[in-house]
Amino acid sequence: MAEHGEVWIFAELDDGQVAGVALELLGKGRELARTLGVPLAAVLLGHRVRSLADHLFAHGADIVYAADHECLAEYTTLPYARVLTNLIRERRPEIVLYGATPMGRDLAPRVASALKTGLTADCTDLQIGSYESGGRVYQNKLLQIRPAWGGNIIATIVSPDHLPEMATVREGVMRAPEPVNGRNGSYIEVPVAAEPGDARVRILERRTHPRRVDLRSAAIIVAGGYGMGSKENFGLIHELAGVLGAAVGASRAAVDAGFIHADHQVGQTGTTVRPKLYIACGISGAVQHRAGMEESGKILAINIDPEAPIFGVAHYGIVGDVREVIPRLIKALRGKL
Amino acid sequence: MRIVVLAKQVPDTKNVTGEVMKPDGTLNRAALAAIFNPEDLNALEMALELKDRYGAEVIVITMGPPRAAEILRDALCRGADRVILLSDRRFAGADTLATSYTVAQAITTHLMPFDLVVCGRQAIDGDTAQVPPQVAEKLGIPQVTYVVEALELKDGRLRLRRDLGRREEVVEAELPLLITVPRTANRPRWPNARRLLKYRHARCGFELEAEARRQRRDVSELLAELQRRGLYIETWGAAEIKADLERIGLGGSPTKVKKVDSVVLKGRSLRFFSPDDAGIKELVGELIEERTFG
Repeated sequence: MAEHGEVWIFAELDDGQVAGVALELLGKGRELARTLGVPLAAVLLGHRVRSLADHLFAHGADIVYAADHECLAEYTTLPYARVLTNLIRERRPEIVLYGATPMGRDLAPRVASALKTGLTADCTDLQIGSYESGGRVYQNKLLQIRPAWGGNIIATIVSPDHLPEMATVREGVMRAPEPVNGRNGSYIEVPVAAEPGDARVRILERRTHPRRVDLRSAAIIVAGGYGMGSKENFGLIHELAGVLGAAVGASRAAVDAGFIHADHQVGQTGTTVRPKLYIACGISGAVQHRAGMEESGKILAINIDPEAPIFGVAHYGIVGDVREVIPRLIKALRGKL
Repeated sequence: MRIVVLAKQVPDTKNVTGEVMKPDGTLNRAALAAIFNPEDLNALEMALELKDRYGAEVIVITMGPPRAAEILRDALCRGADRVILLSDRRFAGADTLATSYTVAQAITTHLMPFDLVVCGRQAIDGDTAQVPPQVAEKLGIPQVTYVVEALELKDGRLRLRRDLGRREEVVEAELPLLITVPRTANRPRWPNARRLLKYRHARCGFELEAEARRQRRDVSELLAELQRRGLYIETWGAAEIKADLERIGLGGSPTKVKKVDSVVLKGRSLRFFSPDDAGIKELVGELIEERTFG
């Protein structure tokens, strides 16, 4: 018997396609599986999903466990949790990772409770390492690293005595691997039976809104904060973004003030981004915001307050009134680009 | 209908001010105020709205140290019918699994049959959102997370609208059921002035002795009076809820904290440019030279 069980990722689907976060999990999962010397498996639940497996193999899965059944056609908690819980009991993986999406955060705790195992939410990093407690040293444990206390601290969590070790992982933080076309793996079908209790929750309607903005794939982001002062002034952010071909981001304060829709929010409760260039205008830089953007390639901060914490993570700073500085910046860029 | 609301007292992590940040950039936890977890107020509001529409008994439970009784007094002032403090030194250090066991145990030993459990989406200290689904699993009932509106209750089924960011769903779920509520669901009502005058005198088990001393009265006599006037905050420990001691507190928690690091601002080579045309031109020139624009 192998010393360790497999590393699994939950292959969340989004509109019938493998969600981006599942590919990101494969990237991190590959690293963990290599360290432990075990296979990497993706768990795929849905209906008529066979064709999606190749995509998972191409991104690094050695095995795809597929539960293909009508009762799994749309995500609902009870059948998904039951199928996954049973599969984990049967196959005993070492590690199971989920995206920290609305679906992952609904499913993972339900499964963890049924298995009476540990679960760490919203991890921003995962490593394999040791843990020492009461004179005992545990080797090859999953170190689950996450911000807590509103992002003011970073905690490293372990589940030393329970398997599987489970975590949800924040979207946009891990890098999806480059696909290798034609890469193959083993496709294992998992038997599924519907249960009458599943019908206790039924979906009557489901609507998907198109994403207003795709912050994660933007090379440049121009973001505005409460310091923009008004929705009208926030127009300067759109104008600057237009000149640069950039996406528009915002701090939570700007969203709460009604300057812009919440889809544009960058930070701990919004989207985590790492563009080549992040321009923060009138954003003081609360720790929750910085947590979502500080990995950007270059950060330019424009703020009237020279003491604003945003300058602590910036590479370039301009201390000045955004209403004067942004028009000058637009003028200078129009002359150059 | 019996509605159980789960609430938590949390440090006010969203208002980290200068006094809370120590000079080395770490956090002085003792300086943080303790507040009613914001989304738990949205959960209480949803329960009270259902009570207004359909009639219900609204019971608020919290698990925490004795001072968590503060949020239960607040809940009474806002309209809760009954409040319960789960507090025992042996509950301390619980992770989400041990917490959900403790809360579910309190419900199954004392509050059956219930119809609905309403929880805030997540607490601002941990932001995990894990306890509600875990409680639902332990109670063997379905869960519906991210509920922004309760549309209709009919024939033991509740129709609910969920907001999942890019997706919106209308679902119908059988009672008994657990739901979680985000901050966008509603605007919590303020404490009622008349109730405030009455319920600020409510006391939990840990506060009885000090209160009796202050009033120069006998503890059991005071307890009887508080109970008679609906001012006693029921206080349950591990024994009252018949808890399996292996499953509560730090010992009952599979997850352990290996270490905690404070977030300190990263020192970067920050260069300032002047806010005038000359400074901005210099900056743009530099960004172009570094090929930051692509």
